[in-house]
Amino acid sequence: MSMTTRPPASPEKIPTRWERFLDSDILASFLRSKVTMVAAFVVLLLFIGAAFSPWIAPTNPFDPASVFLADANIPPAWQQGGEARFIFGTDDQGRDLYSAILYGLRVSLVVGGLGVILAASIGITLGLLAGYLGGRVDSLIMRIADVQLTFPAILIALLIDGVVRGIFKSASREDTAIYVLVISIGLSFWVQYARTVRGSTLVERNKDYVQAARLVGLPAPLIMLRHVLPNVIGPVLVILTINLALAVITEATLSFLGVGLPPTQPSLGTLISIGNRYLFSGDWWIVAFPGVTLAILVLAVNLLGDWLRDALNPRLR
Amino acid sequence: MSFKTNCLAAVAALALMCGAAQAQTLRYANQGELKSLDPYTVNETTTNAHLGHPYEGLTARGKDLKIEPALAEKWEVSDDGLKWRFFLRKGVKFHNGEDFTADDVIFSAERVRAPGSNFTTRIPTDAKFTKVDDYTIDVTLSSPNPILNAQWDTWYIMSKKWAEANNAVAPTPAAATTPSHASLNANGTGPFKIESHQPGVKTVFKVNENWWNKKVEHNLKEIVFTPIASDATRVAALLSGEVDVIEPVPIQDIQRVNSAGNVQVMTGPELRTIFLGMDQTRDELLESNVKGKNPFKDPKVRQAFYQAIDIETIKSRVMRGLSTPSPLMIAPELFPHAGFTRAKFDTEASKKLLAEAGYPNGFEVGMDCPNDRYVNDGQICQAVVGMLARAGIKVNLNAQPKGQYFAKVLKSGGYKTSFYLLGWTPGTFDSHNVLNDILGCRDVAGSSRGESNLGGYCNKKVDALTDKILVEPDTAKRDAMIKEAFKITVDEFSYIPLHQQALAWGVSKKVKLTQRADNSVLLYYATKE
Amino acid sequence: MLAFILRRLFQSLLVMLSVALIAFAMFRFVGDPVNQLVSLDTPQAQVEQIRRSLGLDDPVIVQFFRYIYNAARLEFGVSYQFRLPVISLLGDRAPATLELAFMSALFSLLVGIPMGVYTALKRDSWLAKILQAVSLIGISLPTFLIGILLIYLFSVTLGLLPSFGRGEVVKIGNWWTTGLLTVSGLKALILPSITLGLFQMTLIMRLVRAEMLEVLRADYIKFARARGLRTRTVNFGHALKNTLVPVITIAGLQLGSIIAFAIITETVFQWPGMGLLFLRAVQNVDIPIMAAYLMLISFLFVSINLIVDLLYAAVDPRLRATIGAH
Repeated sequence: MSMTTRPPASPEKIPTRWERFLDSDILASFLRSKVTMVAAFVVLLLFIGAAFSPWIAPTNPFDPASVFLADANIPPAWQQGGEARFIFGTDDQGRDLYSAILYGLRVSLVVGGLGVILAASIGITLGLLAGYLGGRVDSLIMRIADVQLTFPAILIALLIDGVVRGIFKSASREDTAIYVLVISIGLSFWVQYARTVRGSTLVERNKDYVQAARLVGLPAPLIMLRHVLPNVIGPVLVILTINLALAVITEATLSFLGVGLPPTQPSLGTLISIGNRYLFSGDWWIVAFPGVTLAILVLAVNLLGDWLRDALNPRLR
Repeated sequence: MSFKTNCLAAVAALALMCGAAQAQTLRYANQGELKSLDPYTVNETTTNAHLGHPYEGLTARGKDLKIEPALAEKWEVSDDGLKWRFFLRKGVKFHNGEDFTADDVIFSAERVRAPGSNFTTRIPTDAKFTKVDDYTIDVTLSSPNPILNAQWDTWYIMSKKWAEANNAVAPTPAAATTPSHASLNANGTGPFKIESHQPGVKTVFKVNENWWNKKVEHNLKEIVFTPIASDATRVAALLSGEVDVIEPVPIQDIQRVNSAGNVQVMTGPELRTIFLGMDQTRDELLESNVKGKNPFKDPKVRQAFYQAIDIETIKSRVMRGLSTPSPLMIAPELFPHAGFTRAKFDTEASKKLLAEAGYPNGFEVGMDCPNDRYVNDGQICQAVVGMLARAGIKVNLNAQPKGQYFAKVLKSGGYKTSFYLLGWTPGTFDSHNVLNDILGCRDVAGSSRGESNLGGYCNKKVDALTDKILVEPDTAKRDAMIKEAFKITVDEFSYIPLHQQALAWGVSKKVKLTQRADNSVLLYYATKE
Repeated sequence: MLAFILRRLFQSLLVMLSVALIAFAMFRFVGDPVNQLVSLDTPQAQVEQIRRSLGLDDPVIVQFFRYIYNAARLEFGVSYQFRLPVISLLGDRAPATLELAFMSALFSLLVGIPMGVYTALKRDSWLAKILQAVSLIGISLPTFLIGILLIYLFSVTLGLLPSFGRGEVVKIGNWWTTGLLTVSGLKALILPSITLGLFQMTLIMRLVRAEMLEVLRADYIKFARARGLRTRTVNFGHALKNTLVPVITIAGLQLGSIIAFAIITETVFQWPGMGLLFLRAVQNVDIPIMAAYLMLISFLFVSINLIVDLLYAAVDPRLRATIGAH
């Protein structure tokens, strides 16, 4: 876009980060790959749809007063028995599926996004500490990681669900479910970041520039943040994208097991597990449209992740 | 049919050959597992039905649920109602060849009431069993009890000698520290023996060739039972012909199953009543924005909730036509509904009632609901939320797995609910059970009345009637009193009964089966081509 | 070295203790086990009596130490649901889960590696792009949905493969049952193995592809090419061989998570393994089974980690220096 208008970098002026980005091969490789561009476009479209769902969606599927049970299980508009006001049909409660998908997408992305960010924050912090400090801290953190790996996400969800209920006595599932899921996903996914960051940090720590920074007397946190972190952030970004997709799927699985988001405020995953019940009864649309949306989202995000990994790996260029 | 009759008419040896010529293996899948073979451990319909194949009670219930003689050929009640005499069937043998005698009944009566048994309610604590001779038993009571043997069809008789020989005299308790022989093996008198039992995986029943009852209705040599918990997988297994009978069929899949050609769904009314309850005891609801008072103490609010619910749409959409909307807390098969109608669905009337009660803008309330216990329970609750929303009530639904649900709402959890959905089948198939357990005042020291009355509805007049109903031997008078008691509770909108759910069994067209309204899948009624 | 091993063993023990402690802290939130043992009309006095006899009225910490004391003697208690020793229940179910995990790992390796190699060698071909996209389906849909769709297609519509269970199993010795020796047992393994292995397959394919791409750029490969060795020899003799070491390591590490993830697959296919047992235990608040299963899984993870760490330490003296530096 702005490539043509970019002023040439003059030697006396240190380029800003943005300029360096524009100048980099990353953007070039992005513009080279049609698949990546399509994926990026799809992701953008889905994000916009999710962010503006209250304005785009014809109905509010989260408002029980506006959902009529008498409208339940209506097929998509183009099928026999379909109605124009429900383009993708309705679910078992009479919710407009198109609206429910938009709203559900938003819920899924919020849960997945926050969960992954939480996981990355925990993982990066612990990974840096473990890798840089080594010794007892390292052992402790890695053993915590071992404990963590033992607990499947479903169990963590159950545990946190229970704790949240214990703390907020009168809170109902509708209010707490999102936090429960974000924390569950955060706590189930952090190990991967921690391990990756720790591994990279172990390598970086022994490199000359870090040794030099240490000799100069820079404090450890500063070295970690300014020097080690930027060099390990590449793999982290890749994991982040792929984990976003995985988090949305995990949320769907948790819904299937009955510890996900409540059916009154369905996420994409909740919609799929609702539709799952109607697979044999011929009401295929309840599972098909949310399922396809989820698959497209995951696919596009993964393609972006692939591209990012290749682009960030200088040896592959 | 005539072939079978001929078979039965023939001498025993020939009958065996006839049986062998057409004997079939029937494969059956249920949602639930067969967790223990000890008949006094898990008191639950499905388990009781499973164990009704190897075991039998003194009485049985027929296809129409009428009490029939089984191991007891007949019984008499003394005029004062305090003494019951049971005449036991002669020539009955347990699967291991031992004779069945009065000693086994007395042993079983002790075992079923011993600590660790889950069936202690089968026999009143004051009932004394005495042996008159090897085939006669007297039961003496301290007060008359016309429904003494109402649940004896699932009080299964065990062999005294076998239990003593296998260290299984005490019922397998919940806190067993060593495996109990009785929970892995069965020695009953019933039409099938246990061939092998892998708990939670597979159980194989083999026909008992020496069954005392010569009126064998089935033509099976073997029943292979597998639990399949996932609804879709269970239906798939039936459609692909891997199993012959499944229970239950999710109601939304009934049409699909029926259209498959090789299988069909048997449906019928079930005796379980699904209802909504409201906390009427606390001075302030646990989960509500109304502070300082409890709106559910006002019958007008309860009526408003009642009239906001469109039970017919729930029936047609959520239950796919397979429910019977109910005005009473008991199924019509157990007590006639004549003279009772449901309060009309009318959202405007609800709003008016709420305004009259002082809530013109409605209020907020939390609702507890299981999502894996009853037929489409989660969906029913969601529908209720929508319907109440239109009357101005904001319901915060808490739909949860049954493990968490029951832990929260039952007495052991401190009745921590404001508004809930529950289902109830009276174990005795009798109104007294409903009036006592669900509609009786709770929290009276020294009484277990009303322990399942989670909302704490209480009316002393109902309790007084309930006490009289228990000891009233005259059926007409008893029914009149039951009706009077129900009338009080209906007029006060004590609960919001919703419906009786339906049974749905998926059965291969090769199989003929009788469906009993208590949802017991009894395969000794089955024939397979 | 010995000190390192001892320290690592001690740490592993601590890990397992923490797992047990966390597990115990959470159990009381899952539900009340006693409710699952009685029916709704059981008198309350009896309910309390059962609670006492199970020791559930003791403080959690007392229950915890009692459990640890018993677990140390390999005494994992008796299942609330089945009234059978948990250890024998898990033992009965273990072959089913291990066989499923093994078969799905095999599937993911046998399909994932060739796909990874192909997509790396023919990076820009259309087929490679399609394979890469198709492989993503394995991680684009939730496992439960994939499983049910497979059942619908192969069991209900085509009638080719069974929809549930293990088929006919053969007993080997006292402890092992196998479905690998019968036709029905093998057929029953197909759908669950694919369902469970699809995710790992995608992972392995992508891993192989990435490793291959890196290796193909390494100097020794360039050198081999320059020497005029045949492309085939270079690709498979040198590149793939060097790729497989990390792949096998990762696959080994993943074995533990395959077993943990089998919970969903086993539920969909009514596979009589430990995962199904565990999930049913969660639903029925069967604490002894939940606790033992978690201990078992943590034991598995801890041992795999321990072995990997020890191997690395043995192979790479630099790592040994850093690990042993405290």
